Amino acid sequence: MRVNPTRMELTRLKGRLRTATRGHKLLKDKNDELMKQFLEIVRENMRKRREVEARVLEMHSAFTLASAVMSPEGLGQALMLPKQSVELELSSKNIMGVRVPDYTFRTKLDDSGSVLPYGFASTTGELDSAVETATDLMKDLLDLAQSEKAASLLAAEIEKTRRRVNALEYVLIPQYRETIRYITMKLDENERGNITRLMKVKDMMIAQTREDN
Amino acid sequence: MYKIAVTGDYDSILGFKAIGLDVFPADTPDEIRAMLRRLASENYAIIYITEQAAAAVSEEISRYKDRITPAIIPIPGKEGSLGIGVSAIKSSVERAVGIDILK
Repeated sequence: MRVNPTRMELTRLKGRLRTATRGHKLLKDKNDELMKQFLEIVRENMRKRREVEARVLEMHSAFTLASAVMSPEGLGQALMLPKQSVELELSSKNIMGVRVPDYTFRTKLDDSGSVLPYGFASTTGELDSAVETATDLMKDLLDLAQSEKAASLLAAEIEKTRRRVNALEYVLIPQYRETIRYITMKLDENERGNITRLMKVKDMMIAQTREDN
Repeated sequence: MYKIAVTGDYDSILGFKAIGLDVFPADTPDEIRAMLRRLASENYAIIYITEQAAAAVSEEISRYKDRITPAIIPIPGKEGSLGIGVSAIKSSVERAVGIDILK
């Protein structure tokens, strides 16, 4: 850093070094805790994804089965007007200053009391069980979305924090140290120069008084 | 009040209509991209997308990665899992930790 080697600059830099060191420690702690939370969430996320994927595939095969015994038009028609509607509420949780979504959902059935949106006349039992599989899946799908989003938001935050920690640790703090050293050396050197000059002047003055006498 | 959308090829997402999610069929990459933009600008907090569709528009999906809404979640389509969902988790681990520590 290019600075004037003055005492005032030195004090200022020392203050900044103190702040930077404290900031570094705080950020490092934050990063550690974020990482801990992140790993927990991500493990859970992985487990959930495997489970949900298996169950989605199960649902697909149930629907394939249903579509095998029904015409595609009939299938489309049967599912065209769902009786259940889903409303999603979104609040946010705070994990170490990162806002992650927290979903709650409400399903609304109309008053017929059954989730099946069709009569039994033109549809088959395979479709019933397919729809049932899908209904069971709902909550897991939502959980998956929640932990997946949380994981990706936390990952972004961790990356950012890590960059900051590294910038402080490897760039800013060494730079401050170096500059402080430079200023101290320069000031000391000036001091020594001053003392030598004073001694020299004193010698000259003594020599002069001797000559006068 | 937020809503949940499902997008991808018609056959894969038909089932979700039965349980009351909003389904939006889209087949070509351009359609999917336009669909995602539309859904993101509307009130959809979660968008499930089939992996087959997600594979075609991965760069569009990464645009929404750091936002709180919408959450774009890949799910396997009718043709089976492509492992995109799992690799998305792995890439976020890699982003945070530096290496992939999950097996």
